Amino acid sequence: MEQQAKNFDVPMQVEAASYQYEEDASPAVDGVSMNVPKGSFVAVLGHNGSGKSTLAKLMNALYLPTDGRVLVCGMDTAQEDEVWNIRKHAGMVFQNPDNQIVSNVVREDVAFGLENLGVPHDEMIGRIDDALSAVRMTEKASFAPHMLSGGQKQRVAIAGVLAMLPEVMILDEATAMLDPSGRKDVLKTVQKLNREKGITVIWITHFMEEAALADRVIVLDQGAVAMDGVPSEVFSRVDEIKALGLDVPPMAQLARELREKGLSLPAGILTVADMVKELKNTLCLSK
Amino acid sequence: MPIKVEHLSHTYMQGSPFSATALHDVNITIEDGELIGLLGHTGSGKTTLVQHLNGLVKPTEGKVFVDGIDTSEKGVQLLEVRKKVGLVFQYPEYQLFEESVIKDIAFGPKNMGLSAEEIDERVRFAMNQVGISYEDIGERSPFELSGGQMRRVAIAGVLAMRPKVLILDEPTAGLDPAGRRSILSMIRDLHAAGDLTVVMVSHSMDDIASLATRLIVMSKGELVMSGTPREIFKQQETLRSIGLGVPQAAELNHALLAEGYDLPDDLYTLGEVRDAILRLAGKDVSEC
Amino acid sequence: MLRDITLGQYMPGDTVVHRLDPRMKIILTVLYIAIIFCVTSPLWYIVPLCYLLFASKMAGLMPAHLIKAVKPLRFLLILTFILNLFFSSGETVWVHWGIIKITQEGVFTAIHFSMRLIFLVAGTSLLTLTTSPVALSDGIEMLLKPLKVVHFPAHELAMMMTIALRFIPTLIEEADKIMKAQMARGADFESGNLIKRAKAMVPLLVPLFVSAFRRATDLAMAMEARCYHGGEGRTRLRVLKFIPADGWALVITTFALLATIFLGKWL
Repeated sequence: MEQQAKNFDVPMQVEAASYQYEEDASPAVDGVSMNVPKGSFVAVLGHNGSGKSTLAKLMNALYLPTDGRVLVCGMDTAQEDEVWNIRKHAGMVFQNPDNQIVSNVVREDVAFGLENLGVPHDEMIGRIDDALSAVRMTEKASFAPHMLSGGQKQRVAIAGVLAMLPEVMILDEATAMLDPSGRKDVLKTVQKLNREKGITVIWITHFMEEAALADRVIVLDQGAVAMDGVPSEVFSRVDEIKALGLDVPPMAQLARELREKGLSLPAGILTVADMVKELKNTLCLSK
Repeated sequence: MPIKVEHLSHTYMQGSPFSATALHDVNITIEDGELIGLLGHTGSGKTTLVQHLNGLVKPTEGKVFVDGIDTSEKGVQLLEVRKKVGLVFQYPEYQLFEESVIKDIAFGPKNMGLSAEEIDERVRFAMNQVGISYEDIGERSPFELSGGQMRRVAIAGVLAMRPKVLILDEPTAGLDPAGRRSILSMIRDLHAAGDLTVVMVSHSMDDIASLATRLIVMSKGELVMSGTPREIFKQQETLRSIGLGVPQAAELNHALLAEGYDLPDDLYTLGEVRDAILRLAGKDVSEC
Repeated sequence: MLRDITLGQYMPGDTVVHRLDPRMKIILTVLYIAIIFCVTSPLWYIVPLCYLLFASKMAGLMPAHLIKAVKPLRFLLILTFILNLFFSSGETVWVHWGIIKITQEGVFTAIHFSMRLIFLVAGTSLLTLTTSPVALSDGIEMLLKPLKVVHFPAHELAMMMTIALRFIPTLIEEADKIMKAQMARGADFESGNLIKRAKAMVPLLVPLFVSAFRRATDLAMAMEARCYHGGEGRTRLRVLKFIPADGWALVITTFALLATIFLGKWL
């Protein structure tokens, strides 16, 4: 097969991809197209069963599209001989922290991917140390996973992917089973990797407050893209979001209700800080 | 049927090098008809506390009285306690095991030694309470259902024991917004129908703000606050210091107060804050 | 609580015995077993006894640790002893009482076989007390590697052991939780006869199996996503290396074996 040129500027290209679990079933992913440029942080939002997990699995050749195609750094996931290369470039973190850690020592788990890739022993050690320090887990390197909190386990899983030096990281509801502090912790870790190491992030979630922090939000419904835009634009469409079984941030909801009552507030209010800032421009400060 | 917790302490693995204090000198009384929100960080002792309330875990020190029964007394009938206090665990769908939904819900009533008619009657009633159809879903395997439906079946399994107190440990964990909303409104309906005291463990402030009549806040094994949501959410600094947040409405309320706006200081629902802002907006702009 | 139990009987430490290469420790254990089987008379257990005492001293273990390891076998031991005592045939009758006949040979065999059992268990537990389960599975994998020519799945076996070790604490914790959840629904795991108790396990075992299968599916997916494709072309983070002490241990153990054979043959 002809070698395709690697495309690192757009490490994830989904071109009208569909996926059907069974031949007669309705497609779980239905003609999705998206290009994710290098260094961006894209949130994929959708309710349970909207197809977001299936889409994630199309993104590193765990599933192959039944129609259309998916390109990871320019490599078509349907190319069998590139599959390990594709999975190395597009690392994946799953939902359940317990079910993706293979080894019973943290640093050995981080090594797992490197061992599979046949990385030489000496190089491995440096890469493991770097990955563990990037997720702030150096101190727990010799711990058994069951001694860690959910958030820490997810950070170990992230380190395991990070050590493979991926271009894109796909996090498939990586925070869904965590408590609020674990959730914040994992999100912060990934944001930092995105900013400092330039790793492209595809963050799959049903928490709108997480999606609100992305550069771009893609909302899935019935396997197809229902909305696509920057968070402030997407979340100002309150009724559409709700009709898709999702929530809007409380402040977006409040802004809408205030607007209905005649207050003139601009679009794109998502956080408490946004709201305070805008209200200061609108309200009379009575001392 | 009140539950009284007096000077309750619990230490896991006492006397071993792994010993860990999970609860320290906790005192609470749960009155009939309350809907209590039990808040706290992971590891604050919430789960250990609720497991004491139906005798699954015994106090190391202190006492727990359920309807006057001392759960740590020798020879106590724990089944009696468990009939009165139903406990729904976190991710309760993982405990389903029977071949049909009906059989699974019947497990509790069966353990209580009830007659077949009584069991069937209770299964129907419990399924109705959680909003799943006896006719359509009853004969299906619980493992074929969606996550949200499985959770309802699991809750019905506890409700079928007709407890006076229903305790739910993180009932919305892992659900998407629509699933979360529907479980919360189900809990609201269960409580509103009367007769049922509810204790809901949660770390989602927004979930709990709209439901609870009283909040209990735990931190590091101790009970640190107890009061109405209005009283509790007013104390934002204390909540933050133990790693908890407040509903965004309460946060906005405080932020606006700090900016010098003239608002009450104890608002915590979006509706209240909206109305307060509208009152401000209604003032004559020329005064500014 | 169930989840606080320690895994296996490994006692972490930093002694020379702990540092020995796991491959060597497995070989030494095999030699040690050979020693036990070469002992011909109860008296010559003095050799493995000295060997064990020396090894456990070097490993920083008390004899009490070894005794504790043997303890669960006490019923089997008593049974072995009694059977051999009463049912061995022999010429020198010591006690004859109705159908019961105790002979000199019977007493010797009873002591001999009981000692053999005690020394087998005590010695092998020395291996598990000083070697972490991970190191042990590494050692087994490396030792079995040559068998690959006959398609023996050494790598797969070791991977299975690693995963089992990883998930045992998780599943124990889960079993604890499911058990409590069913108890909250009035399940009774503690009373009744054997059949009733076995039946009572169904509500625990079904969810546990369902969960184990779900975890297995998830894990397989996660392993594939991290490029796992069997043992082919794989490098290892943990590299086993023989140290000089391994050589000395081998010499000492071989000497003990030869001594036992010598004592049995010529004395």
